[in-house]
This record gives sequence, C-alpha cells and structure tokens, in this order.
Amino acid sequence: MSEAVAHHTHPEEHVAHQFHDAQQQYDSSTLGMWLFLLTEIMFFGGMFGAYAVYRVWYPEAFKLAASTTNVPLGAFNTVVLIVSSLTMALAVQSAQLGKKNRLVLMLILTMVFGAAFLGVKGIEYTEKWHHHHVPGLNWQWEGEGPREVQILFCLYFAMTGMHAIHMVVGLGIMLWLLINARRGEYTASYYNPVEISGLYWHFVDIVWIFLFPLLYLI
Amino acid sequence: MSTTHAGSHADNYVSYLGNGTTWQSWLLTKDHKRIAILYLISISVFFLLGGIFAAAVRLELLTPQSDLMEAETYNKMFTMHGVVMIFFFLIPSIPATLGNFLIPIMCGAKDLAFPKINLLSWYLYIIGGVLGLYAAVNGGVETGWTFYTPYSSTYSNSAVIATAMGAFVAGFSSILTGLNFIVTIHKMRAPGLTWGRLPLFVWAHYATSLIQLLGTPVIAITLVLMMLERAFRIGFFDPALGGDPVLFQHLFWFYSHPAVYIMILPGMGVVSEIITAFSRKSVFGYKFIAGSSLGIAVIGFFVWGHHMFTSGQSVYASMVFALITQAVAVPSAIKVFNWTATMYKGSVSWDTPMLYALGFIGLFTIGGVTGVTVAMLGVDLHLHDTYFIVAHFHYVMVGGMVLAYLGGLHFWWPKMTGRMYHEIWARVSAVLVFLGFNFTFFPQFILGYMGMPRRYAAYPEEWQVLHIMSTVGASVLGFGFILPGIYLTASLLRGKAAQAPMNPYGAKGLEWTIPSPPPTENFLAMPTVNEEVYAYAETEEKALV
Ligand code: HEM
Ligand SMILES: [Cu+2]
Repeated sequence: MSEAVAHHTHPEEHVAHQFHDAQQQYDSSTLGMWLFLLTEIMFFGGMFGAYAVYRVWYPEAFKLAASTTNVPLGAFNTVVLIVSSLTMALAVQSAQLGKKNRLVLMLILTMVFGAAFLGVKGIEYTEKWHHHHVPGLNWQWEGEGPREVQILFCLYFAMTGMHAIHMVVGLGIMLWLLINARRGEYTASYYNPVEISGLYWHFVDIVWIFLFPLLYLI
Repeated sequence: MSTTHAGSHADNYVSYLGNGTTWQSWLLTKDHKRIAILYLISISVFFLLGGIFAAAVRLELLTPQSDLMEAETYNKMFTMHGVVMIFFFLIPSIPATLGNFLIPIMCGAKDLAFPKINLLSWYLYIIGGVLGLYAAVNGGVETGWTFYTPYSSTYSNSAVIATAMGAFVAGFSSILTGLNFIVTIHKMRAPGLTWGRLPLFVWAHYATSLIQLLGTPVIAITLVLMMLERAFRIGFFDPALGGDPVLFQHLFWFYSHPAVYIMILPGMGVVSEIITAFSRKSVFGYKFIAGSSLGIAVIGFFVWGHHMFTSGQSVYASMVFALITQAVAVPSAIKVFNWTATMYKGSVSWDTPMLYALGFIGLFTIGGVTGVTVAMLGVDLHLHDTYFIVAHFHYVMVGGMVLAYLGGLHFWWPKMTGRMYHEIWARVSAVLVFLGFNFTFFPQFILGYMGMPRRYAAYPEEWQVLHIMSTVGASVLGFGFILPGIYLTASLLRGKAAQAPMNPYGAKGLEWTIPSPPPTENFLAMPTVNEEVYAYAETEEKALV
C-alpha cells in the first residue's frame, strides 16, 4: 500500500495517511491478507464440496479417470511447489534481515519454480487434449461410464485451472515485489508486503497439496 | 428538531466536498466519504432501473390475461428486477453508502484501512453493473434471480452468462468492502473506543462483513461452474450430463440465505441508531443487540436448506433445516424487543428517520413471523413458490431494509451533505412509502395463501381485485420513493439557507462531534473516547424537549 518511491531507512515514511504508525499499518495489512485467504478457502471450498459429492456418487468412475492422470508429472510439480514455498519463506526471512541481494535472489527462484509449475501444467493439459480428455471441447471416452468420468475431468480442469490462475496472479505479485526489492524498498523495518505476499503464495501451494492426491492418486 | 448543538470552532475548515471539484477528484478519490457518494449515486440509478422492471411486472398483473407482454418477456422483467434489486441495489445499499461513510468516522479513524481497495470495489461494482446492463439490452435474462440449473446452464436462450458474470464481479466488490470493514473495525479504533463502546451500527456491519467474506466466494465459484457448464456443455449440474441440479441449489443457497442477512443486518444497525437517538435514551440491552447480530450471522449459515424443502432433499435434512431456521428468529426477535424497550419511557420524537425506523420494526416483524411460518415443513409445502413467499421476502427486504436505508439516509443526510432537507415533505413521503408498501404486498400474502404461484404472467379471474390493489399500492409506493429523490436533491440546491449544524438531533456518537460535512480526514483533532456508548443523560435531555 505504500506510495513512496525513493530509498528510505525510516519505516514511518511508508505509513499511509490513514494509519497512525507503522505498527498499525503492519497489523492491518496482515489481518487483511488473512481475511482474504479465508475468502479464498470458501471459494475453493465450493469446488471441493462438489468434488466430495460426486466422489461419493461415482467412486468407480473417479478411480478410472484418476488412473489416466500423469502421476509422475503431478508429483514433480508438487515437489516444485514445495521448494518454491521454501524459497518464498527464505525471501521473507531475507527481507526481515534486510538482506537485499538475497531477497532478490529468492524472489527470482520462487518465480522460476512457479513458472516451472505452470509449464508442466501446460504439458499435462496438452496431453489431455491429445487423449481427448477435455470435456466440452475435445471429449471422447471409450471406457465405462463416460458421463460420470467426464464429471471428474470437469472438476479436474475447473480446480487445477482456478489454481493455475492463482499461480499466475502470484507470479505477478512476485514480479512487483522483485521490482520494489531491487529498488531497495524493503528493509528490516519495512518488509510487510513481502511477508503477506508470502502468505498468499503458501496458501496457493497448500491448495495444490490437497488437489494432487484428490485428483491424481485416489 | 429539538436540540441544536450548533456553532463549532470549525468554521474555516475544508470539507471533503470542497476538497477538489474535478472529475478526477471524484473518480480517482480514495476518500471513503466520496466513495460513499459515488455508491449512493450509482445504487440510486440501479434502484430506479429495478423499479422500472417492477412497474412492468405490476402492470402486466393488472389483468388476468398475459396481454401487455408475452410470458417470456414477463419472465425477463421479473428476473431483471430481482437481479438488479438484489445484486446491484440491496446488497451494496446500506454497507457501501452509509457504512462506507460512517464506519471510519464511528471508529474514530481517518479512513478505511485500505482506501485504494475501497475505490477498487466501487469500480468492480460498476463493471458488474455494466455487465448486467449489457445483458439486459442484449436479450435479457429469464432464469429468475436464482439461476437454477439446468434451465440456466442448458435451456435458457437468454444472456445468462453476461448476467451471471455481472453478479460474479459485483460479488468481489462486496467481499472487498467487507474485508475493509473488518480490518478497520479491528485495527483502527480510536483510543478509548473499546468493543463495548462501538455503536450498534458498527456491530451490525461487522456481522454483515463476516457473511460477505465467507458466503460470497461460494456463490462466486458456483456461478463460475454454472457458466462453464453453459459455455462448454460440460457436466456439473445438468442431470443429462450426469450432474446434480440439487447440488447447485445447495451451493446457491449456502450463500444466498446468508446473503439475505447481508440485506437486513445493516438495516438493523441503522434502526438501532435511530431509535436511541429519537428516544433520547441509551439503547436497551446493548450487548444483546450486538450479540444477536453475530448470532444471526452464524446461525444464518446453517439454514439454507429451507429453500429446498420441495426439491427432493432428504426429509431428515429438511427437518433439521426447519428447526435451525426457527432458531434464527430468536436473535431477530431479541432485537425487536430491545428496540421497543428502548422507546419505552423515552421521550420519543417523530422526525422522519424515526418514522422510517418505526415502519421498519412493524414490517420486519411481519416479514420475520411469516418467515417462521414458511419454515414449518408442512406449511411450506403449500406456500412454497407462491405469492406468500414473494410477500414474505418483500416485507423483510423492502419493508425492512429499504425503509432502514431511507431512514438512515435521512438521519445522516445533514452530516453527509451539510444540508437539511424539507422535514414536512420527508414525513409525507415516509407515510406514503409505508402505506403504499402495505397496499402492495399485503394482498400478496392472501393471494399466495389462495394458491397464486409466483413467476406467472396470467392468473384466474377471481384474483384480479387483489392484484389491482397490489398494483395501485405499488404506484403509491413508487411515488413515495421518488419524492425523497426530489427534496433531497433540492436541499443541495438551497445552499446556505439549508445549512446543517454539526449535530441537528442532539444525538450521541463520534460522527456528531465533527462538522457537517466532515473534513477530508474526518476529525480536526485525533479523537479520544472517554464516555460510554449512547450516554444520553436521560433526565437532563428530557428537560430540553
Ligand atoms: C426472521 C427470519 C427469517 C426466516 C425464519 C425466513 C424463512 C424463510 C423461508 C423458510 C423461506 C423459503 C420459503 C420457500 O421458498 O418456500 C424464505 C424465503 C426467502 N426469504 Fe426469508 N426468512 C427470514 C428472514 C429473511 C430476511 C431477513 C430476508 C431478506 C432480507 C429474507 C429473504 C428471503 C427471500 C429473498 C426468500 C425467497 C427466495 C427465493 O426463492 O427467491 N428472509 N425465508
Ligand atoms: Cu433463506
């Protein structure tokens, strides 16, 4: 939320006019992000709810559909995201310690892993396209229960698609942080944007941690 | 207008209205007060639009045949009426205008915690509204505001996607407003302003914001799934594609029942303020009113199944939902009793805001009691999808929320604009609204009881008299709504002659300690609160009247 541009050392310079002091701004932004994540949980919750219902209705079809997913790629992506969470955590720590160069490095690494994830996701989507497993656009299923199996694929694309959109937004945030970090905006006394962006990034990772077993493994 | 605490040390300050007059100073403003005014103007436009659709519906129903328009056009009219009124008027009404204006002031803060996000939420609202309008002129929608699948996702030939997209985007505006309020209330209170000293208006908005935050994302994703199903013919809810339409209803009502509390809690907050101020007496049972707002917000999340008693959900689920639904009436009733007790032995005056507040209490009570009526399983099988339901929710939404909105608008108008409106005209319009409202909607209870289904353009001859009453009442109601538009605007043009003092009603609360209209940063000096909330010195104030 900061409007300042130049280099600073004094935290009060980053305080927006509506706040009394840096502490109040810090507390407000942090609470704001947590509340936003609460909203996000409910947002994804709707899809998890639908998943749960259809899973109970069509357990066999879901097993069939899950067996066509590319588990190695999914697993690879899971690892990539976990590592990106680690680099993000290190980025926050670097910001807190005021280590500018390490912060920049960690942000870049986080972005690289994030982009890698999206790349692999793209490969998986292409694969699905070639196998005619894209409901509505390119759909063909010779096996049993095409209607039921199709629902899992719908959920697969809706859930991973929403997740991917969140990743893209996350990359945008990382880019913004990176630009500011290189300008030396963040110091040991002002690192809140990095921290709350980190919360967002971890959240998006955690969503994937749930998606992977639900869509690929069981 | 009894006591006037005019004359402040602050005659030479720059008010938020005087601080810039260019377009940019409004359209790019981060001042919560200006954003409130932007909202006020935009929701008024949508209210007018929704009113025009309603007029079309009422005119068609004057005669038993479907003659003024075809059934399909009629379906579009009531759908667009519902969509506009709910998503683009009622949900933002009190929170985005009065709440936006007052929450920071009542908290003793200079602004909301996130002013840019506040502005963003207005733009999202406008984008949503424009999408809705685009849909209205490009084929309209005829699914009903509930967008039930598979009709919406498969069979309807109307602009479903654009409309749903509009509701989706506007939903994010609502989420961001709620988020901003919660953070502000938690983190930005002035020194001495403990939770127990917060005005009930703030408590009501806190509860509302929780619902916005937790409920709205669910309808957002539900609409996304519906749109995907429609756009790509993939199966989520259409039974022909293996989906479950009842799942859509569950997801929809999981938000939309709590959403009806988004559409009433802020009104309850307004009424609490007005009743105390015009009874010159501290509110009775402060803690109960504050707590019941939270109670309603929480219980409201567990009753959605009462919209689905006839949809084939399990009987046992219906029984549980019926019971919990009855329970939600308890916190609602607590409020009604406490307002009544507040007036008891108070020195009640009959200014316009008070007239609206009294109207609210009466009409909300009828709306609530009929809610309990339809929450009874057996009774609802008869009344579901009839005009009885239409009357029920209009009693709460219009009789309750819209009256509270108008009451609040009149109450804080002098603060927001620095101008006094014409009291006599205002009272006339309040009475017209009350009478017109009852004439419009009471007959609908009877119609519904006799079996008139909702959402039909034609009906048997026997019911025409009641329908005529309803349409005549609606005309009076419409006139009653137009009047404030005129005299409130006129008050702005009257200039200094209508100058409002700092505290025209001698009311308590931080907003009455600052000039009218307030300066850009609200307070000339950082406030400290060292008295209890609603500290009306009862005997002393009585002597003044
Ligand atoms: C006092 C507590 C309330 C109770 C017990 C209650 C109960 C109910 C029940 C059981 C229904 C479903 C009837 C049916 O469709 O067969 C219903 C419908 C409805 N209620 Fe309420 N209600 C209450 C308050 C409210 C409030 C405060 C609002 C709005 C501000 C509201 C708005 C609605 C709407 C819009 C519908 C109809 C939705 C539709 O089918 O389009 N209700 N209510
Ligand atoms: Cu309900």
